[in-house]
Amino acid sequence: MLDSPLIACCECDLLQRVIAVPRHTAARCRRCDAVLYRNTDGGLDRALALSIAAIALFVIGNLFPIAGIEVRGEYAEMTLIGAVQTLYVQQELLVATLVLATVIAAPTFELIALCYILLPLHFGRPPRHLPFAFRILQRVREWSLVDVFLLGMLVTLIKLKPIVDVVPGVALWALGGAMLLLAAIASTIDVRELWARADSLR
Amino acid sequence: MSATAAELSLFSCQTCSLVARPAPAAAPLYCPRCGARLHLRKPDSARRTWALLIAAYLLYIPANVLPIMQTDSLFKARDDTIMSGIVYLWTSGSWPIALLVFFASIVTPLLKLLILSMLQWSVQRRWHWQPRQRVRLYRLVLFFGRWSMLDIYVVTALVALMQTPTLAMVSAGPAAAAFGAVVVLTMLATHTFDPRSIWNSARPHE
Repeated sequence: MLDSPLIACCECDLLQRVIAVPRHTAARCRRCDAVLYRNTDGGLDRALALSIAAIALFVIGNLFPIAGIEVRGEYAEMTLIGAVQTLYVQQELLVATLVLATVIAAPTFELIALCYILLPLHFGRPPRHLPFAFRILQRVREWSLVDVFLLGMLVTLIKLKPIVDVVPGVALWALGGAMLLLAAIASTIDVRELWARADSLR
Repeated sequence: MSATAAELSLFSCQTCSLVARPAPAAAPLYCPRCGARLHLRKPDSARRTWALLIAAYLLYIPANVLPIMQTDSLFKARDDTIMSGIVYLWTSGSWPIALLVFFASIVTPLLKLLILSMLQWSVQRRWHWQPRQRVRLYRLVLFFGRWSMLDIYVVTALVALMQTPTLAMVSAGPAAAAFGAVVVLTMLATHTFDPRSIWNSARPHE
């Protein structure tokens, strides 16, 4: 029974029949209301386009300064990797690792896995290590906290504003864009659609 | 049709969502489509969840008592705990931000720990009470859990920006690591908890 018309709810395990739903709507579990699957109407190709755009923004977000401050003619600015470095120098290994993992590594792996999966599918070939890549994507996604980091930056800048002159940097906007794109990607990929596409190419 | 997959000894793959009945011979079962390990329920869920929750409760104390941030300026040194940082924000006039940080760093982590403990407890005591409401609570934890990392990033940004000897040198305090660990442990506990077990003792149409 390789292609079964059944689906088990991932939150309550109730077995249900898969039926067609209208475009851009989600089928929900009869018992617990969890989202079972969505009809994203060719969402995989859209997700690929968004992923490529997100990579560009994320690279800018990592290379350029996020914000700067000016005090009595003295200017200081921070980059993402610079912040991790400062924590590392201060012997705050755990916090440094946490920031490195959640704001730099997790989104990087997320974007690499997305492209690795979606690029071959777009050109009609099944990705060679699809199960492995997909598991990485699932695992890494919940630890990718760019949105929380940006809120933290916002709080910091508001906190510092009465004391120093605050200059938001290019990377702040780039990361903001990457965050929006990552959220859009998450809602345009349907697990069932992805595996059905891969199956049909085998 | 109102049975769970497990009741029909069908395995639902958590990676590719295939519902399958694999050959019973082999002891560890693998998904016929994607090769992921198959389990009817998350393995060892109760024990792992409790271990993570207890560790998080213990670390919650140093996280709130010890200073999370140290500021050395020209004239004075200042230690801030999570709470004193919020009080500072409140008195300096930015009360919306103070409220935001209060909810993200004090309310959310504690509420998350309490809700997860209650859920895990309810599952083990086989409560019949309101499975739908309990699942809703679980979804709330799943959604808001990550936002409690906020204070870690605020400290990170302050440390990175405030390295100006003429004004202030900021460094992270011992509570930062403890607080980060609390957030990570509760996020892990959220994932070792199996929401499907909420329905184990509930009747099919509840």
